[in-house]
Amino acid sequence: MNLAVNASSLVQFISQPWHWAVSGAAIALVLALMTWMGRSFGVSTTFKAFCSAAGAGKVSDFFKMDVKEEFWRIAFVIGGLIGGYIATHFLQSPEPVAISPETVDYLATIGINYPEADAKGIGFVPTSLFNFESLSGILMAVGGGFLVGFGARYGDGCTSGHAISGLAHFQLPSLITVIGFFIGGLAMTHFIFPFLVG
Amino acid sequence: MKNLSFLTVGVFFGIVMAKSEAVSWFRIHEMFRFESFHMYGIIGTAVVLGAASMWLMKKTKMTTLRGTLVGYNPMNLNIKRHLLAGTIFGLGWALVGCCPGPMYVLLGSGYTIMLLILAGATLGTFTYGLVIKYLPH
Repeated sequence: MNLAVNASSLVQFISQPWHWAVSGAAIALVLALMTWMGRSFGVSTTFKAFCSAAGAGKVSDFFKMDVKEEFWRIAFVIGGLIGGYIATHFLQSPEPVAISPETVDYLATIGINYPEADAKGIGFVPTSLFNFESLSGILMAVGGGFLVGFGARYGDGCTSGHAISGLAHFQLPSLITVIGFFIGGLAMTHFIFPFLVG
Repeated sequence: MKNLSFLTVGVFFGIVMAKSEAVSWFRIHEMFRFESFHMYGIIGTAVVLGAASMWLMKKTKMTTLRGTLVGYNPMNLNIKRHLLAGTIFGLGWALVGCCPGPMYVLLGSGYTIMLLILAGATLGTFTYGLVIKYLPH
């Protein structure tokens, strides 16, 4: 009986939002595990594998690759998907994401309600903006995804590959790429996004 | 069987990304507005501890499960390319509020809109493959 009580309080304990230091250490552990398993920590190459599997090698040599060589990476992202399901269904935080009051106030001025209206209790995505019913939401989702996919391949890596692995290996190209992430991110957040939703 | 171990690490990664709230569009927006330390704390801790473990693995000449030594294939330095590519990525990251890893995690969390974002990312990757020779590398 004690065991059952302990197990349920453990689940409650894990269900709280995690401290940034715990989260950062856990991501470093993922990097270390992937490295120990002889692979790199990189997610965006899955998109290249999808293109290749769909026959893109016929139009560009860039996609000529052995997709089987990427099965480990696809297994990793399927795991990520399952992890997202587990975290949301069994370890759900008691309250929506607690962003700073300044951000909440600012978002209200551009018409984004946080948290109740958008968050559906978990607060990960502003669903009033990104949904299948609104044409602008569909365009922003596809267009934003397009920029991520294009930029990641052109830069040969995304956040996991450059901001985590690349920086952990002291790679100058990764540092410059991360500076680029911020140039683009700041321009979008401060200048383009208010215009898009305005 | 080997892929099952990558799947397991992926499950852990997914739980970490969701519980750290790093998958949240709101957290990314807050980060780019410099209104919280949260995301900087996560990335900073991951890089510092990651660098320490990579250093240790190289120092002890640890062999991986595939029998290789720990290393990193360096990219050729091309400042124009890295800045341009990073900026394009950053524009998309701040708009959709998630980078590639979180796209999968959020799909698992029940946000079906991620299917569109993932389709957009795959289309962007395909387009890169078509225009590759016109871009500075």
